Amino acid sequence: MRSRFDIQLEQLNTELIRMGALVEASISSAVKALIQQDKDKAKEAILADQEVDQKEKEIENLCLKLLLQQQPVARDLRLISSALKMITDMERIGDQAADISEIAIYLSDEPFIKKLETIPQMAEETIKMVSLSIDAFVKRDLDLADRVIEMDDIVDDLFMTVKKDLIELIHENKDTGEQALDLLMVAKYFERIGDHATNIAEWVRFSITGEHKNEKDNLLR
Amino acid sequence: MIKIKIKDLNLYYGDFQALKNINISIPENKITAFIGPSGCGKSTLLKSLNRMNDLVEDCTIKGQVLIDGQNIYGDIDVNMLRKKVGMVFQKPNPFPMSIYDNIAYGPRTHGINSKVKLDEIVEESLTKAAIWDEIKDRLKKSALSLSGGQQQRVCIARALAVNPEVLLMDESTSALDPISTAKIEELVFDLKKDYTIIMVTHNTQQAARVSDNTAFFLNGELVEYNDTETLFRVPKDRRTEDYITGRFG
Repeated sequence: MRSRFDIQLEQLNTELIRMGALVEASISSAVKALIQQDKDKAKEAILADQEVDQKEKEIENLCLKLLLQQQPVARDLRLISSALKMITDMERIGDQAADISEIAIYLSDEPFIKKLETIPQMAEETIKMVSLSIDAFVKRDLDLADRVIEMDDIVDDLFMTVKKDLIELIHENKDTGEQALDLLMVAKYFERIGDHATNIAEWVRFSITGEHKNEKDNLLR
Repeated sequence: MIKIKIKDLNLYYGDFQALKNINISIPENKITAFIGPSGCGKSTLLKSLNRMNDLVEDCTIKGQVLIDGQNIYGDIDVNMLRKKVGMVFQKPNPFPMSIYDNIAYGPRTHGINSKVKLDEIVEESLTKAAIWDEIKDRLKKSALSLSGGQQQRVCIARALAVNPEVLLMDESTSALDPISTAKIEELVFDLKKDYTIIMVTHNTQQAARVSDNTAFFLNGELVEYNDTETLFRVPKDRRTEDYITGRFG
């Protein structure tokens, strides 16, 4: 019964996985562009962001079509409404990867003021978060979603470390100020990517349980 | 406030058990929807709330239905019960007489004969049923001359004319077009401030749109009963989920 609807839901699932893969690819291109000071990689990430935007529109259209045609309830309603929210977060991640890439292009011709250690770590953690949140969605895995939500603290701590290090550098040598600010922006973008991955995980939670994280939790975060 | 309390209700048509140990409390001034596949017992349960099943041969009922605390299967006047618990059916069934006489029929059988009083009841009932403005100039015309949607609202007005407290609606919009359906849904929504409404519907979207609480029945059993939003967003029972998402069977 409802086999056509089930096929459409399967299609939605596949499209979300594709969008997730595009987003992951754009972050890893951005990271490589930054660390290896590789302009081509940066351009790849910027192009990938355009694909992500396109995918968002396609999935949004599919969701609206499903709402119109199928008037979903229960788990179908939760899945489609979560998908609509998740793609907004994924699209923002794509934007941030592109933003990082633009800074990477700008920084590609000058030596770094300090060996990059914490930022690559942030990159690694956020890529993991995005990948796990998509995985949690695909497998309908609540534990995985919760793990992503917990990982956000690690990324937040790493951001604070970067910030502290950069402040120290500026104190030591004022000439490092300009690049330090660029690097702080990069770290902030990664921190935001962590937040968006957390949002995705929360929507995965909602699509499985029907429960939103309560207001108090959101305020504390 | 609980208006109707059903306790350990079992109903048999001959050897066939149509309702199995139903326990449910229906709140006052709310719309409660009964949903479920054909043959699940929802209409049978609805009809047992004004003892319509008494008319069915071979029907045995055990358990209690308390309305305002009084067991309607105890020593009561069935006519008074049906005055208190009105019913609207699937297909509009106006009597083959004028619109006015359709509405005045019930009050007359209950002994009201004053023209002034009847005029008042007719206007009030038709107004409550959101059809007065459409038909006030042709009250003497046959009710059968009206459209299906108008006929159904006349039937609702006829049910309201005897001043009931509970309104049972058995698939009352399933024979109507979308505009008439929307009008009846709006009307039902307005009526709940004065009445306790129970609707049986095959249209789960209608239950989701209109009702405050929804009960899902399957094979004569009450599977799940919850506030409508929760039931349609996060059903607890897999069978409810399968039914409302259309994956039943």
